[in-house]
Amino acid sequence: MERFSFIFLVAGLLFFSVAFAIAGWIPTLSLQDMEVRTVEQLAQQPPLDFIEMREEYPEAFKKAFGDTSLEGAFEQALRLGHRTYIAEACWHCHSQQVRPWGNDEARYGALSYPEEYHNELNMPPLWGTRRIGPDLIRRGGRQSNDWHVAHFYHPPDVNPRSVMPDYPWFYEKDGITPNKIGLSIIAYVQWLGSWQPTRQETIHQLPAIDRSYPEPNIIGRGKNTLSVEAVEAQPDADDEYEDDEYDDEYDDEEDGYGDGDYEDESEDEDYSDETEDDEYGY
Amino acid sequence: MTRIDSPSPAAAGVNPVSTSPTGRLVNTTLVKCHLVAAVFWFTIALFAGLFYSLQLLQHWPLPKIAVLSPGRIRMIHTNLIAFGWLTNAFLAMLYWTVPRLTGKRVAHNVLGWAIWVAWNAIILATYIGLHLGQAQAVEWGETPVWIDPVVVAGAILVWIQFYTPIVRSTEKAMYVSLWYFTAGFIWLGLTYIMGNFFPEYLVAGSAAGPLLGLYIHDLVGLWVTPMGWGMMYFFVPILLKKPIWSHALSLVGFWGLAFFYPLQGLHHFLGSPVPMFAQYSAVVSTIAIEIVVTTVVINFFMTWRGSEGALKNNIAIRWFWVGALNYAITCFQCAFQVTLTFQQVIHFTDWVVGHAHLVMFGVFSFWIFGMIEHLWPKLVGRDWWSVSLNRWQFWLITIGLGAMFLTLTASGIAEGFMAMQLSPRESILEMVRPFWIVRTITGLAIISGFGCLVVNMVMTACVAKTKHIDVDYEPYEPIENEVTVGTV
Repeated sequence: MERFSFIFLVAGLLFFSVAFAIAGWIPTLSLQDMEVRTVEQLAQQPPLDFIEMREEYPEAFKKAFGDTSLEGAFEQALRLGHRTYIAEACWHCHSQQVRPWGNDEARYGALSYPEEYHNELNMPPLWGTRRIGPDLIRRGGRQSNDWHVAHFYHPPDVNPRSVMPDYPWFYEKDGITPNKIGLSIIAYVQWLGSWQPTRQETIHQLPAIDRSYPEPNIIGRGKNTLSVEAVEAQPDADDEYEDDEYDDEYDDEEDGYGDGDYEDESEDEDYSDETEDDEYGY
Repeated sequence: MTRIDSPSPAAAGVNPVSTSPTGRLVNTTLVKCHLVAAVFWFTIALFAGLFYSLQLLQHWPLPKIAVLSPGRIRMIHTNLIAFGWLTNAFLAMLYWTVPRLTGKRVAHNVLGWAIWVAWNAIILATYIGLHLGQAQAVEWGETPVWIDPVVVAGAILVWIQFYTPIVRSTEKAMYVSLWYFTAGFIWLGLTYIMGNFFPEYLVAGSAAGPLLGLYIHDLVGLWVTPMGWGMMYFFVPILLKKPIWSHALSLVGFWGLAFFYPLQGLHHFLGSPVPMFAQYSAVVSTIAIEIVVTTVVINFFMTWRGSEGALKNNIAIRWFWVGALNYAITCFQCAFQVTLTFQQVIHFTDWVVGHAHLVMFGVFSFWIFGMIEHLWPKLVGRDWWSVSLNRWQFWLITIGLGAMFLTLTASGIAEGFMAMQLSPRESILEMVRPFWIVRTITGLAIISGFGCLVVNMVMTACVAKTKHIDVDYEPYEPIENEVTVGTV
């Protein structure tokens, strides 16, 4: 009992290995059938905001990503944005997980589920352990690209109480046009949650506390990702998308992920007002 | 300052223990150099923490350029504490304690210098890498990925260096400190490999999350804690001049730590998309270990009982005493905060920040201060330059850290409940601002207290006149014809 080899082998190696198996390996057994998606695969569905970014900042976009295809540019943007998100320690103040308690779902949107983390950009996962700022996993599309451009430069301009640091090196020398890093980090943040069938309303945006929005149909969702068209046709897309087009596209996709209850509700919502509420960043 | 790095402590004063670096049991120069490195990194880490707390008050004191980004400074704060300060100080402690406990010298003095250079080069590279934005997304392991293999190599050198005397030892029984060291060395390497390579290259998302949790927790639980406990069990009997109260109880603590600690990492990610049975197992094992580690606290206070007067004059035992008290608070807090009920409220709040400071600073750093208080005069051969500076250090840091813990805990509870009741985020930020102002002030108190220590260490080494007479350790007589340089 009191010999070096016993302590070394039992306490040092055996107990550690047992714990590694119980706490590290067994939980992964339920996930082993899931495919780990590469950035290239993820980049096949650029969210609407990225398409808009190309129109809103054509010169900066061209300077940053050249003449590559939209998907190619999005892949570059995701990689660099993810890299920047880690380098600037964004993940130390913003979590990326919606928990099943603490009113997280009401504040941030649908509960997190394993599939959405099973990709190359979550090696290691960026769940975070602290929320000085809001959770970001359902954040994509909640603010416009312009909002992010203003916000990253000097967050207190947008929200006077914000304690988020300034990131002037995300911009060209003029301090207005985002450079490649700026475009990429915005693309990355706008990507977060863009795979959700709808952008989840929160209680703040509903007239009263109302849980009638659909729960995500988690089972069997793995392969049911949205096409670019469907993303564009989401209810809170810009007005330029015709209502008819939106309805058609929307119905086609409906069976895959929900019971469709939110359709009426979504149409009733006036999204333009909400962006103003959103300026305070949640 | 020159005397600190002087290779010949004999020149600095008569000291029966510390003589020339080779040919004696303890290589005091290595102890000294690791302590100096630890203090150096700790200074940077403290200022990094202060600056980051100022950012949270919307006053960033540094230029707003990429290499000085507040987020990067935050990672520097945590990494330099774990690897620069604690690990260097523990290595100093090991060079002092392991040869005394085993009666054998460490493997090789040259290897000791290689470890010193390699380890501090790793920290310097980490420091620069973080400034340059090469962080890895592993909390407390943000060391850039290209340095990770070097860290593992460094851990292997530590194994060779300290396993050699433990294996060669001819003592009949291993003292409990050596149990902790034996297990702690291997755990350091295994934990580092698990946390930095598996989630980065092999598994993704929900499969990697538990490993990240294990890494965060094991770095504290399987490296810092065993070293800290081993240190406490070594120095407290010497300071109080009596044996520990119960050897058996210390072994219960050891086996409890070894069995339950590696199981519980997932409690850092409760509520994340990881199978619930794994989360429950983490909760149960955490509560179990908090009961077990209380044995350490009981053992400390029962050893101290009857020597109450020592607190008055012996500042070193005072550090250990307050550290043990903080440890009791931590254990008590842990067993509750890990439950899902508490997690709903406090998980993403300042409560956790307060808890982390209480453990890493309030316990293990306090014990290291106690060790420095005890060792530094022996290392430089002179009594402390100013005892009153030591007292200032003690009170500034103790009050500062205590107030920081209280303010962060209080703001954490308030934040948690406000978040649960869906208060707007700017209301939360408005509410929390006074707490954060107090936190910055407590940080300033801690930095001033640490400044007292640094000034005192430098002055003791360079200016102090009184020779230190070592009454704590028996002089070690070198054996005739002893091989002066060990073999690996």
